[in-house]
Amino acid sequence: MPKVLMTGNAAIGEAAIRAGCQCYFGYPITPQNELTEYMATHLSRRKGCSFIQAESEISAINMVYGASLAGVRTMTSSSSPGISLKQEGISYLAACELPAVIVNMSRGGPGLGSISAAQSDYFQATRGGGHGDYRTIVLGPSSVQELADLTHRAFDLADKYQIPVIILGDGMLGQMMEPVEFKHEAPKELPVRSNALRGAKGRPSRYIKTFTSKPTELEEINWSLFRRYQLIKKEETKFETLMAEDAELLVVAYGIAARIAKGAINRARSNGMKVGMLRPISLWPFPTHKLEELAKKTKHYLVFEMNMGQMLEDVQLALGGKGDVSFYGRPGGVIPTPSEVYRVISRLYYRKA
Amino acid sequence: MKKVYTRPKYLKKVHFHYCPGCGHSIIHRLITEVVEELNIHDRVIGIPPPGCSVFAYYYLDVDMAESAHGRGAAVATGLKRAYPEAIVFTYQGDGDLAAIGTGETIHAANRGERITAIFINNAVYGMTGGQMAPTTLLNQKTTTTPYGRDTKLEGYPIKISEMLALTKGAVYIERTAVNSPANIRKTKKAIRKAFQTQIDDLGYSLVEILSPCPTNWRMTPLEAWQWIDKEMTREFPLGVIKDVTGAKDAD
Repeated sequence: MPKVLMTGNAAIGEAAIRAGCQCYFGYPITPQNELTEYMATHLSRRKGCSFIQAESEISAINMVYGASLAGVRTMTSSSSPGISLKQEGISYLAACELPAVIVNMSRGGPGLGSISAAQSDYFQATRGGGHGDYRTIVLGPSSVQELADLTHRAFDLADKYQIPVIILGDGMLGQMMEPVEFKHEAPKELPVRSNALRGAKGRPSRYIKTFTSKPTELEEINWSLFRRYQLIKKEETKFETLMAEDAELLVVAYGIAARIAKGAINRARSNGMKVGMLRPISLWPFPTHKLEELAKKTKHYLVFEMNMGQMLEDVQLALGGKGDVSFYGRPGGVIPTPSEVYRVISRLYYRKA
Repeated sequence: MKKVYTRPKYLKKVHFHYCPGCGHSIIHRLITEVVEELNIHDRVIGIPPPGCSVFAYYYLDVDMAESAHGRGAAVATGLKRAYPEAIVFTYQGDGDLAAIGTGETIHAANRGERITAIFINNAVYGMTGGQMAPTTLLNQKTTTTPYGRDTKLEGYPIKISEMLALTKGAVYIERTAVNSPANIRKTKKAIRKAFQTQIDDLGYSLVEILSPCPTNWRMTPLEAWQWIDKEMTREFPLGVIKDVTGAKDAD
């Protein structure tokens, strides 16, 4: 298929439809409105599909819960303050082992914050986010093409592990236009999970619940979830490295920040500095083992994020004191430039020597 | 000899955990009778709430899925939209439907979602120990209105069914009670009609059921039945609140 020029938000919508998403429930919030509008235009009238502009983000995520019960591929999207409201529903999805895709085109916070791109929801996304002991798979794309690819992958992962999957983008990725190629055609028949709750037809009645009056029963549920999380950690950790083999200083950045860092790293290389990058693509599970491996050769690390240092903690945990870790971040929706990051890189690079 | 009374086919053979005199067990029974009569057991899905009736799935032998507090209407909406052949009902208390879930409920009704709400009004939060509900009567003592509900401090009992009747998407709303054999029969009729409204694809339907909670009302079961007649029905009169199911087009 030829490439088309699209905003990141629209590309997610198109990729979701091609992944067989049947139900989308949204609520307006900047900077992700183009996605909701894309689904209103392109999903709502498709055969067997449903689109609702819900009365709140809480309702939207609970509609997702309902649609997932019925065994269909379903999605919601929002931006930071709206994602906070969805946490209750995400906790229930995780507890009931229901697949769903949740897109966060994050913006500056805390509070109402700003509508500009930020990465301040990393903690919320990678630590579960809502109440209880659970995880969600979190994917951090860094281009419009990757938004499209990871959207498709998110639906597959959600079904494979019966788990909610978060796509953690940001306002810049959502709003910018880039050429994108869609690698899948929409399925002729919308997929339905075999464990869908669709009435006790030809089988005994079933129920799906999270509440129990027996702590030991709930403990077993937590263990069962935990075993699956271990499997996901083993199987689904994804990352990309850039000139990491001989790097004396390794930048660790994800999403749009990695895109900005790339320009700075290329410039540093052309000026003779041995700088490379590790870009986590799955933010949970985090590429801990890759960092452990890199730590054998590389001693100096710069974590660069558009927040006050959240992924930083995962890097420090992974390195376990083996590396010298610096941090540079711009919170609040400020977009750092490649030259700004270059200055930080060169200062650190020559200081270490 | 003719058998005139038996356990409904879709009520599981287990003991209820409900307190003596509680209305839930009666209402559970009525729902399963209606499910059997309408022959919808293989496509009905119930959404019970947190609260005393969270364990409804232990009693009703139909597919069920627990909802977060107040979110029943949204969960039912998603389920119904994804699988329109289903007959979806929520089972919600007064705190669930008329306090924390007001937004979900009003908008599901206004969209005319093809779902049915079984709304249990017992004027208190039952499972948490008898706190004030949005439907608590004036001067009624609860654990959070120990001096009686005072309009200046706590406002008025909310008439959510009347409010919902104002939405065009709601086509059938009736208030009944389960405090006498006659009222129990009327309640069953209303539940049946509400399900039929959904089967006929007409719009949103709701049955509000005034239900005794002797434990939290600090009454005997008999006093609780009488209190519904003497006090509750004065604030919440029984009867059909809205029925436009006869109209050719629900809109």
